[in-house]
Amino acid sequence: MSLIPEFFRLLRVEMVKTFLKKRTYLGFLIILLIVPLVEIALKIEGGRFLRMAMRGIAQDFILLGNVFNGWFVSLQIMNSLWIQIPILISFVAGDQLAGEATGGTYRLLLIRPVSRTKIFLAKYLTTVLYVVLFVTFLGVLSVGLALLLLGSGDMIVLQQGILVLPESDVAWRFVMAYILAAWSMTTVASIGFLFSSFVENAIGPIVGTMGVIIVLTIITVIPVETFSGIREYLFTYHMASWQKMFADPVPWGDIRSSVLNLAGYIIATLTAAWIIFVRKDVLS
Amino acid sequence: MTPHVILRTHNLSKKYKDRWAVRNLSLEVHRGDIFGFLGPNGAGKSTTIRMILSLIRPTEGRVELFGYDLKSHRSKALSSVGGIVEKPDFYSYLSAVRNLDLIGSLNGGVEKKRILEVLDVVGLSGRGGDKVKTFSHGMKQRLGIAQALLSDPELVVLDEPTSGLDPQGMKEVRQLILHLAKEQKKTVFLSSHLLNEIELVANRMAIINKGELVVQGEVKALLDEGGRYVVVEGEPKAKIKAVLKKNKKLLEGFTERDGSFDVKMDFDDVPMLNNALVKAGVRVTALVPRRSLEDFFLSITENQGKV
Ligand SMILES: Nc1ncnc2c1ncn2[C@@H]1O[C@H](COP(=O)(O)OP(=O)(O)OP(=O)(O)O)[C@@H](O)[C@H]1O
Ligand SMILES: [Mg+2]
Repeated sequence: MSLIPEFFRLLRVEMVKTFLKKRTYLGFLIILLIVPLVEIALKIEGGRFLRMAMRGIAQDFILLGNVFNGWFVSLQIMNSLWIQIPILISFVAGDQLAGEATGGTYRLLLIRPVSRTKIFLAKYLTTVLYVVLFVTFLGVLSVGLALLLLGSGDMIVLQQGILVLPESDVAWRFVMAYILAAWSMTTVASIGFLFSSFVENAIGPIVGTMGVIIVLTIITVIPVETFSGIREYLFTYHMASWQKMFADPVPWGDIRSSVLNLAGYIIATLTAAWIIFVRKDVLS
Repeated sequence: MTPHVILRTHNLSKKYKDRWAVRNLSLEVHRGDIFGFLGPNGAGKSTTIRMILSLIRPTEGRVELFGYDLKSHRSKALSSVGGIVEKPDFYSYLSAVRNLDLIGSLNGGVEKKRILEVLDVVGLSGRGGDKVKTFSHGMKQRLGIAQALLSDPELVVLDEPTSGLDPQGMKEVRQLILHLAKEQKKTVFLSSHLLNEIELVANRMAIINKGELVVQGEVKALLDEGGRYVVVEGEPKAKIKAVLKKNKKLLEGFTERDGSFDVKMDFDDVPMLNNALVKAGVRVTALVPRRSLEDFFLSITENQGKV
């Protein structure tokens, strides 16, 4: 008998399984290829990108110093990768339970004198750890490399009009933005987890998760009156709340309600997944 | 005092959609038994084992392990149970040793030494470091048995452990099962669709067909129950008949059927009968010892295909 408490043993089991699996690193690999590629290209292209983006809005602006810098590029990267990240997340989260079904390993795992609830929690925590590591990796790589390549400076934000944030006021906003992004991705992972609990194939949970995100995103952005009432209850409406970290002043009230909305989705999907998982007949 | 009955199922039933896969199954496995669970394909063996190992929930009835109700005291009930259901699947991207290490963790943790020990027991010593995806079916079957033994459980539940093994492998598994029961005082619950296999190792058995219990009891008693007989074939028939009539004392009786004779007798006396037939000038073409349980099981299996 080992002295390590049961739950830590279960956690270790799930982590070993997840982090020794190739698919876990696919997302990391893609990021590792894309981010440097884009950032190096932007360095070579120089400020043309910025001038194009600002054409029309700010012809008369006189910008002092280096505004085409690492901060500016990091934000562009975050904005454009934002659509792809959920796929990579669901790729791993969706496999957590469904992978055991397709592999036939539920028959190995669920005959042990350990409650299914504990196994479920260990699996979920492992998934959350993956999300945190992944988002951290993305953040450190994209911001770090961008600063290295393009240097620091005041940050220019092209959201509604032009906002210039002083150099000293930027770093903490990125940290907060990535924390909020991790929270959004935890929501995505929880949805993937829910699909994973009852879909017993490799691709289903990914398709399911992305399907939900795409449909709800359409409802969120489409300018139709009918949807206006429900829009703000959809998690897709709140998923990009990290962008608000680059407004001045930061709309903390909005961010708070987004965080709570996402928490609601996490709790709901997790509860549903848990009920399905513990009641499940293992027929695979 | 630990209870004498280690595994008990009470009216265990499982319904899939509108079909009963297992119906009112009440089994009793005693401490130290090698319990044979015999049934043709689709009889409900794996479904029963899934219920015993808590993979699926019974539609009706319940399972009791070591005196604990499986539903209300799951962890206690399963704490000394190892098993394998249907085909042996593992985390194929991990090595055999790593798989066993993880499984051991789920059972409270095992030492590396024990892992190597069980790999040795099933004859996989040299391959522990290899990824399971490089294993043949038979090797996975062996690893499945290793995994079932890993935490040194008192009850080992094996679902057709010899399927897919070569004759040598089958023999080794049989010897291993006997060793587990005799030397290590384990209780083994073993499913199979081969009566012969059960007969070779089990002391008690149950036959299940279409989800329902047909018979349960001591293997020896069941095999003898309907009597045993020897099928005698040869020429000329009249001489065979004469020999059989002359040896009434040794033979318990005979019936003639399709040109052969079913002779009720002790199998030990078969050489004697053979001798007598040859002496009488009979050209013996077959002397086949049969048991009615065997016939009975065969008839179940044959009918199975037609249903
Ligand atoms: N997932 C399922 N859905 C519906 N019916 C099922 C399912 N699994 C098994 N069955 C049915 O339950 C019955 C018993 O199947 P089971 O696998 O328990 O038989 P078995 O005795 O293990 O057979 P075998 O010797 O082929 O392994 C069969 O009629 C089968 O069709
Ligand atoms: Mg079976």
